[in-house]
Amino acid sequence: MTLGSLFKKPETTLYPFEKKPQPAGLKGHIHNEVAGCILCSMCQKACPCNAINVDKALRKWAIDPFMCVQCSTCVRACPKDCLHMLPSYTPVSTAQFCNVFDVPDPNNPTKPDTPPSTVAWDYSEPDPSGQLKR
Amino acid sequence: MGKSTVIPFGPQHPVLPEPLHLDLVVQDETVLEAIPQIGFVHRGLEKLVETRDYNQFIYVAERICGICAMGHSMGYAETIESLMGIEVPKRAEYLRTIWHELSRIHSHVLWLGLAADAFGFESMFMHCWRLRERVLDIFEKTTGGRVILSVVKVGGVVRDIDATMMREIVNVLDGIKDDYTKIMNTLLTDTSIRNRTVGVGNMTHEEALALSVVGPFARASNVNYDVRMLGRGAYGDLADFQPVLATEGDCYARVKVRCLEVLQSIEIIKELAAKMPDGAIDVQVKGAPADGAQACNVLEQPRGECYYYARGNGTKNLERMRMRTPTSQNLAGMTAALKGCDLADVNMIVLTIDPCISCTER
Repeated sequence: MTLGSLFKKPETTLYPFEKKPQPAGLKGHIHNEVAGCILCSMCQKACPCNAINVDKALRKWAIDPFMCVQCSTCVRACPKDCLHMLPSYTPVSTAQFCNVFDVPDPNNPTKPDTPPSTVAWDYSEPDPSGQLKR
Repeated sequence: MGKSTVIPFGPQHPVLPEPLHLDLVVQDETVLEAIPQIGFVHRGLEKLVETRDYNQFIYVAERICGICAMGHSMGYAETIESLMGIEVPKRAEYLRTIWHELSRIHSHVLWLGLAADAFGFESMFMHCWRLRERVLDIFEKTTGGRVILSVVKVGGVVRDIDATMMREIVNVLDGIKDDYTKIMNTLLTDTSIRNRTVGVGNMTHEEALALSVVGPFARASNVNYDVRMLGRGAYGDLADFQPVLATEGDCYARVKVRCLEVLQSIEIIKELAAKMPDGAIDVQVKGAPADGAQACNVLEQPRGECYYYARGNGTKNLERMRMRTPTSQNLAGMTAALKGCDLADVNMIVLTIDPCISCTER
């Protein structure tokens, strides 16, 4: 049995240089397609670990990736289907932060309260405004 | 006869992946008594039913134990369903059972790897965990998670497995079966393993019944009991289910029972995959458990029978959620099996009983 293993390809991969392919259904991280979001807070209510924070006045949707347990309850709770689970894991970080999404106002598209963020999911940037604390 | 001394065993011990502490009262290398002590990983998870509603608690329930995660979420969901009188679609039951049996394979193969490592066969440990990785890959593809699956919800399951994926699972399991049979035969026929396990840590049939031990520990002492044979859920549709039994009641019998249960699980999954019914995978769940409603449930976890109890209070939060895990039932049997053994055999006995302290303490 062990002899046979000498002539087989290795089962291991040279992580981090080589990474395993990620299957399509992998529960990696939550992404909010802000165009469809109506800030209804259904996801916030459904979240079992209080990782989601929705601020209607500031039109911001925030998730703390360090509290999220990737259960995808919010994805099922979303009435507009704008929450998705994308198949890539959250990279390792040295500091805790929230991921903040600016939700554009459909009634006032020309003058958004806050400029829409160019990067929808940026791990490196902590909440720049510091407005959304847990 | 020398003076008796107390030797602590654990909570950090090379043979144990979990923090079990035993005070071994030893006289001349013979264990007179083993006093277990637990409380190192108590997290107060049962108390969390007061702050999480019954849908959210499922994610707490599956975090009770990493290895039995699927079993705990399934057992909890079944308890709530019987509490609220919800009928789960047949397909959801089949899918749950398939994932649960896959987690049994993953648990037993993990255990076999650890056992092989403790016996001194490090390359066999690698082989076992290589096979386990394939089961985890199935989990990853079908549920999106590798260990914590979060795939069960009250009223059904979250994801479906299509026919193509089901065929792939069966093919992977066939591949595992060939490799696994080779590993199993090597392990069970090896002389050094027989020398270390045969006749060690004996538990007679009568003792096993008197101490109410459960799971492979009991079945190795010829106790013909397995919750799966009660035919609940998808298990009722199996053509024939006979628990794997052994009569010897020693460490070798326990290794053998666990080894054969993996093959049995593979057969169960293949049979269920062939019989998979069509239809919905979940039902809508509305409302809350009635005030004073109670429900019990039993489920065969990889380590044995697990008992669930839930009581509602008319709100979305439960009044009480209680689980009696297989290891808390087996601790008394473990101390009995340790009585009179050699000090050098303690790790073999503890390992073949396979205590899961995270489950026990919650």
